[in-house]
Amino acid sequence: MDLIVEITIFVLAAFVGFEVISKVPTTLHTPLMSQTNAIHGIVMLGGLIVVGFADDGLEKAIGLIAITFGTINIVGGFMVTDRMLGMFARKPKPAESSTDASGSAGSEAG
Amino acid sequence: MFPLAVLEPGGDLATILYIVSFSLFIFGVRRGTHPTTAKQGNLIAATGMAIAVTTTLLLDGIGNWGLIIGGILIGTAVGLVASVRVQMTAMPQMVALYNGVGGGAVALIAWSEIRHGISLGEEIPLDELIPILFSAVVGSVSFWGSNIAFGKLQGLIPTRPLAVPGQQVINALLLIAIVVACVLIASDNASPSEGLFILVLVAAAALGNLVVLPIGGADMPVVISLLNAFTGLAAAAAGFALDNVALIVAGTLVGSSGTILTLEMATAMNRSVPNILFAGFGGAPAAGAASGEERPHVSIGAQDAAIKLAYADSVVIVPGYGLAVAQAQHAVKEMADELEKRGVQVNYAIHPVAGRMPGHMNVLLAEADVPYEKLREMDEINPELPRTDVAVVIGANDVTNPAAKNDPNSPIAGMPIIEVNEAQQVIVIKRSLSPGFAGIDNDLFYEPNTSMLFADAKQAASDIAGEVQEL
Repeated sequence: MDLIVEITIFVLAAFVGFEVISKVPTTLHTPLMSQTNAIHGIVMLGGLIVVGFADDGLEKAIGLIAITFGTINIVGGFMVTDRMLGMFARKPKPAESSTDASGSAGSEAG
Repeated sequence: MFPLAVLEPGGDLATILYIVSFSLFIFGVRRGTHPTTAKQGNLIAATGMAIAVTTTLLLDGIGNWGLIIGGILIGTAVGLVASVRVQMTAMPQMVALYNGVGGGAVALIAWSEIRHGISLGEEIPLDELIPILFSAVVGSVSFWGSNIAFGKLQGLIPTRPLAVPGQQVINALLLIAIVVACVLIASDNASPSEGLFILVLVAAAALGNLVVLPIGGADMPVVISLLNAFTGLAAAAAGFALDNVALIVAGTLVGSSGTILTLEMATAMNRSVPNILFAGFGGAPAAGAASGEERPHVSIGAQDAAIKLAYADSVVIVPGYGLAVAQAQHAVKEMADELEKRGVQVNYAIHPVAGRMPGHMNVLLAEADVPYEKLREMDEINPELPRTDVAVVIGANDVTNPAAKNDPNSPIAGMPIIEVNEAQQVIVIKRSLSPGFAGIDNDLFYEPNTSMLFADAKQAASDIAGEVQEL
């Protein structure tokens, strides 16, 4: 790919990043940081390319660690984000939770 | 060996699949900015990642399958176990750790790339070599910096700012040395020295350590967010070196969105990023002067606290990191339930940086089934505090310190606070009078309408709940 094309993509992607994240409620700062953190795990592709085309022993070893690290970054990152967001999942529908049997029992007890 | 249709590296089909995957990243992050769609957004981004990884595995000529599968299996196992086991309170350091391994991966890929280039014996084009050097330096800084951040949040390393004499000078010299070495490597791109490159990695590692070590624990979220943005940029640079469009877009997306997140967090704490990186709270002698002598304060027990709370009409709970450390969210919910049973109106005031990360406290309280609408943001609850009978501060300190408003010389001057001192009465549940992460004394503790309950947050909350039940 042409360097100039790559730079164009880079600049446009930078603006997309700025725009996409504007006006985020504080509540979502940590999950979002965690999600973008998982996305940069994409460097794992670099590890795949390095190992996939390597024939030198040390290169393979370095690449193997890179793949492992990258995979931890991806899998751990998305999983942890999912767990964090799971905490919010039940509450946005107060209408439903009031008709829900266990919910109303809980509110009577509490 | 793999009977699948193979994709030509850099070919149209591979590139289209990469475009699909980065589009899903952008869409996923966009959805991640709304509470109702955030979970779905995360899944969308994860799908994009699966497509990107699969596409790369299908590239023509990829070999060493044993190593690749081994690495993926180990990484998946570690990532799965770690994220299922981690306590919600330990979330910030978990993110730091994941960020660290990402940075480490970038630095290692850069090393392997330059080794590969040298072994080919041909001149490495500068538009490849410069991104390699950039990702090596930034990846290494990010790896070590994140590990220190992890160590500090996990309590393995003292959280107070650790100052080394001549710190700024050492950092500056290291940075200059790194830049000079990089220029030397780049100017000799026909046969770059691998030894010099390793030296760059080591110097960047030292820099990562030295930059983060002097930063206090309270500023750590901002640092992690900044390092997250750095790792993104390093990944983008690796994309330039490898001519991989998915890496360029995903890395840049993280770099720029991470920068915005970092700035938003810093603003919420009324701190500037350069100030965090280069100053630290530095002991703050001005406000700390009075902390030497014992000042008069009122100390009460759980029973007194229970009486105050049970006969109040409205109570506002101000949770802080102490609550998170003590895992007190369930006990606090129990206490609130007891109070609500008696008709007391209970709300929670959430400071933007309560806990160790913005939004961290919301996650913890949500885990304890505290209804979303009871979690009130600072700006919303502050005007109600003068009409509140009792404010209960649980393990929070700096975010309630009136010095931020009243004392222009305070190191936290101007930081927005939850104005609990406006409430009729204040109960502070805390282990001791010790200062918070900012290392400064809190005048709130010595106000006439403040009572101190010295205890572990969890113990105190369940004791109060028990006492309220007895009343």
